[in-house]
Amino acid sequence: MAIIHLTRDAFDKAVASGVSMVDFWATWCGPCRMLAPVMEELAGQYEGRALVGKVDVDAEQDLAVRFGVMSIPTVIFFKDGQEVDRKVGVMPPSSYTDALDGLL
Amino acid sequence: MIYDIAVVGGGPAGLSAAVQGRTRGKSVVVVSTDIRDNALYKAHQVDNYLGFPRTQGAQLLTQFRSHAETMGVQWKAGRVLNILPTGAEFFLGVGSDMVQARSVVLTTGTVQAAKLPGEQELLGRGVSYCATCDGMFYRGKSVIVAGRSAGAPEEAAYLKGIGCNVTYTAPRRPEDLDADIPFLKAARLAILGDSTVRGILADGQEIPCDGVFLLRASMALADLLPGLTLEDGYIAVDRNMSTSIPGVFAAGDCTGLPLQVSKAVGEGQVAGHRASEYVDRHSS
Repeated sequence: MAIIHLTRDAFDKAVASGVSMVDFWATWCGPCRMLAPVMEELAGQYEGRALVGKVDVDAEQDLAVRFGVMSIPTVIFFKDGQEVDRKVGVMPPSSYTDALDGLL
Repeated sequence: MIYDIAVVGGGPAGLSAAVQGRTRGKSVVVVSTDIRDNALYKAHQVDNYLGFPRTQGAQLLTQFRSHAETMGVQWKAGRVLNILPTGAEFFLGVGSDMVQARSVVLTTGTVQAAKLPGEQELLGRGVSYCATCDGMFYRGKSVIVAGRSAGAPEEAAYLKGIGCNVTYTAPRRPEDLDADIPFLKAARLAILGDSTVRGILADGQEIPCDGVFLLRASMALADLLPGLTLEDGYIAVDRNMSTSIPGVFAAGDCTGLPLQVSKAVGEGQVAGHRASEYVDRHSS
């Protein structure tokens, strides 16, 4: 399954149940582009178990403000719609899989 | 493009590695902040570099740089925020830009590992290391730039230019700080806030703000490349200048004592050589 691009209208429903990992990013952010292939791969690896989504902070400023994202990339983990963890900056892939595995 | 070798840091070790890489026909990019951040640049006089007695540090470094440039070394200005190994290659985040390379030579110089009180807890919640990445989140808000690198005044001007209310703090006012950016002289900082930054404590004085940009010359090594093995705060290397991460080499002051130019140049030479061999082995 490809990574899901989340918009303001779709966001709450998308993360409402189960485990989700959402990458807040922007097109002009180099470190975000570094993280993109990692997120793509994890979307495939966790298919059917966790939702892996992306939020473009330029297009979805409301979502960035709502979650207090003040640095990109920021990856936020949700369980049944509630934020349970977040990671700021580019981390090694194991950092994201450890967080997901801990929630699943 | 994907470079064969990305060198992090433009001091004697980095430039020596870069020249060695070019000698072996490799494409090389050196990522470096302002030349004034370099320890050698600040050395008034160097007396222990063989063949060049009583040389000014800045002059020696400038000569090293022009040597690297004549060898076709590419230059990328900026601070490396983090390095991500993907197996076949490395991604280096440089400010809001990115560099790709098949191998990496770390020559960061000595790097401060200690963080400010509140820095780690509030990272991404008001604390930022990158003005061009995160500035837009602070438009119309009050930010404090903690200038700990020569390029920090320029980044403060960038933040002001996009609409942030900037105050600059450092132990000493930099000469090239914009005249209309307020300056706060302070040496000891702590960051205040629970879920987000609400201010800083600057030499005991509390200043409210929405964001703090900590602009050091180099990121802490543990943040720069998570998983890198350190020993006593320095990067652990073997005789080949290999680090604990395959394809990543290190040289110069960041690998430990003595903090001297000859040692940096020698280690850089080995690192550039071994990085070139690594690229040869992995690109066939």
